[in-house]
Amino acid sequence: MSDSLKIADKTYQSRLLVGTGKYQDFTQTRAAIDASGAEIITVAIRRTNIGQNTGEPSLLDFLPPEEFTYLPNTAGCYSADDAVRTLRLARELLDGHKLVKLEVLGDPNTLYPNMIETLAAAKTLVKDGFDVMVYCSDDPIIAKQLEEIGCCAVMPLASLIGSGMGILNPWNLQIIIENAKIPVLVDAGVGTASDAAIAMELGCQGVLMNTAIAAARDPVLMAGAMKKAVEAGREAYLAGRMPKKLYSASPSSPTTGLIA
Amino acid sequence: MQILINGKPRSFEVTQFSVATLVETLDLVGKRLAIECNGEIVPRSQFESTLLIDGDKLEIVGAVGGG
Repeated sequence: MSDSLKIADKTYQSRLLVGTGKYQDFTQTRAAIDASGAEIITVAIRRTNIGQNTGEPSLLDFLPPEEFTYLPNTAGCYSADDAVRTLRLARELLDGHKLVKLEVLGDPNTLYPNMIETLAAAKTLVKDGFDVMVYCSDDPIIAKQLEEIGCCAVMPLASLIGSGMGILNPWNLQIIIENAKIPVLVDAGVGTASDAAIAMELGCQGVLMNTAIAAARDPVLMAGAMKKAVEAGREAYLAGRMPKKLYSASPSSPTTGLIA
Repeated sequence: MQILINGKPRSFEVTQFSVATLVETLDLVGKRLAIECNGEIVPRSQFESTLLIDGDKLEIVGAVGGG
């Protein structure tokens, strides 16, 4: 069955997008990403260490940009200007690469997005030719506005970044999904496989996660679990779940032919 | 001359040199990086032709693990 994820005119077989942070070392990062089956991986843009350990391996040695679609992020940015500046550097760094993850944070304790700055940055980036996947609050109005600006995907949080609290407001996510003509992906808050499956069952086009895999006791095993959960959730969504019946039970076995 | 690189001042015993020479001096040749000078990106194709002078502020960045 062909059921691919389409983002900004490119198709992907995997609906699981993963981060590359918080792993023990690059070998573990690579093993977990392989187990996850992810094709799109997020990276952060940071100052290069000058004058120290110039010979040490880099993330790119373990995850060659030819093998994966890089999704540079703006983690740590608290203003639209900083986010735009970071992604312009990322574009230069990755040879003109246009697909980016925009996030503008509003508060260091919750890492909750500042949507006013995010909207401003999104406008500038779209005008500048970027394909913007945007981390956002689960506010249906904001999500619609981001779509109207021209973002290629909206990525509402399930719960706070790195919290592992799961999907706290499935109803809002559902409203966002129903109203959107662009892919909706859950980004942030997934804690375990069932959270990812629920996101997909709600009709999300994909899930982006990092800590849920990296902070598991066995990240590689969890990466495999997430792959299956995203696939299972997607198939359940496509299959269409049975209606819930609160007060009328319905036996699965025949009601006739019982022994007397 | 003194240049601010990634927030730290560094002194060089010349009065002017190119971004390409700086990349060599810092042992960063072949590394995947992006450079911003005084808030403007210096495209890789312009490393040779872009000259740095005293007081320039540089940001040199690369990709690292992140979510």
